Amino acid sequence: MDATLPIADRAADQLSSSAKPVSSAPALRRHSALVRATHWLTTIAFLALLLSGGEIVLSHPRFYWGETGNVNMHPWLNIHLPSSRGAVPTGYGYVLPDQNGWSRYLHFQAAWLAVGTGLLYGLFGVFSGHFRRNLFPAASDLSTKELGNSLTRHLRFERPGKEEAWSYNVLQRLSYLLVIFVLFPLMIWTGLAMSMGFTAAFPLSVRLLGGQQTARSLHFLVTILLVLFLLIHVLMVFVAGFRNRMRAMISGRAVPAAE
Amino acid sequence: MNNVSRRKFITSGLAVAAGASGIGVAAKIAQHHGLIPPDAGVLYGPGETLTYAAQRILTRHSMAREFSRNQISPNPFANPVDPLGDEFKRLQAGNFADWRLIVDGMAARPRTLSLAEIRSFPTSTHITMIGCEEGWTYIGEWTGVPLSYILDRVGALPQARYVVYRSIQPDWWESIDMADALHPQTLVAHRMNGNDLPVPFGGPLRLRVPRQLGYKSVKYINHLTLTDNLKPFGKGRGGAASDAGYAWYAGI
Repeated sequence: MDATLPIADRAADQLSSSAKPVSSAPALRRHSALVRATHWLTTIAFLALLLSGGEIVLSHPRFYWGETGNVNMHPWLNIHLPSSRGAVPTGYGYVLPDQNGWSRYLHFQAAWLAVGTGLLYGLFGVFSGHFRRNLFPAASDLSTKELGNSLTRHLRFERPGKEEAWSYNVLQRLSYLLVIFVLFPLMIWTGLAMSMGFTAAFPLSVRLLGGQQTARSLHFLVTILLVLFLLIHVLMVFVAGFRNRMRAMISGRAVPAAE
Repeated sequence: MNNVSRRKFITSGLAVAAGASGIGVAAKIAQHHGLIPPDAGVLYGPGETLTYAAQRILTRHSMAREFSRNQISPNPFANPVDPLGDEFKRLQAGNFADWRLIVDGMAARPRTLSLAEIRSFPTSTHITMIGCEEGWTYIGEWTGVPLSYILDRVGALPQARYVVYRSIQPDWWESIDMADALHPQTLVAHRMNGNDLPVPFGGPLRLRVPRQLGYKSVKYINHLTLTDNLKPFGKGRGGAASDAGYAWYAGI
């Protein structure tokens, strides 16, 4: 047993040595405890935000550009769903029950969880070297040839090789960087830019985006990108070996070869 | 129990105790500075308290965004209301000449104001956005008496922490803290876009709270109450919307 491991990891080690081994290869440490904890906290927060956000959209399933938008104005996107408000002409003969009370409460509580988790992860990422070691791609991996090779392997749904058992490949690194440093911050920014209280204190936050309704539209569009990421992310977990990858994100350990 | 797990047990016990007393002290300080909303006790109280406290710390004196005249929505949306009651219709038939605004509670000189009196008070005009929790918005020019002026006239007591305001329509009321009540953009509005406030938009009197969502801008108000405690009102969460499961603070 590795005496330098955190206690939680040593306990996991004991458990895994007494349980039936997944593979005869020795388990290697893949994710640190903080990455695992923040990963699952983010999962909980994201699903809560998605559910409550989707519910809130039902009270006005239309999107506009600029500062203002309402049923007297022309939307750039009209989602043909039933609405929870009778004032929105949807063409459906019924109105869904009003659920915005708990949806909004849950949305902001989950947003605080996401922001808190993000701050913790960000500090850890900088000071532990996690970003440098695991997320920033090596310069040699950024050549067109290497990126092309990685893309081809992904499109063929090839299982990752041994070298990927304890680290991320270049496309994985780039998509995680995009989600962590571009899409998540954009969600927080566009979310806050819709708040009457926040924009009173920081009017530039909404002016730079082009208006309150533009912020709402962007919040929705970035949600779609994050859902796409989630779908591909889960698909890739299955391609790489669901049990081994889940084991890695829960216990921290992975076997080097695919199951 | 080996040494490691005993040490872990003791340190985590101490950490939990320190954390709990830390939260206790933080809650006392927050309560003292008016950073705890009346719906802090609900399931989503922690998130709600963080939002309210953060916004009160950051935005206590900031002004809601104002717009230029050419940004006023040419076709604003009047959110439908429940059918207007008989009392409202009677007053409407008399062109609201008999409309009264009762101001009571923690005031040195509680008063009942007529619409004519309110219209004779100094006014303030702001072109602001009204945003609904549903997601839609419009921009309008609102003219009215700053609520702070009326609170000053009745001699609001320094102990007052909230203003409760009620519509003539049944079960329609809200409350705001003094940061919003004394805010220069919070109006007892009686004009919109240069005309008397139209009935679909809340005429003759609507409270405009432009730093919060539209559901805090109650239409047809006829009663203001200064209080230091929201418990006796409704279910004690500070408004009809929060009694129905919405957040009391609607700055986000």
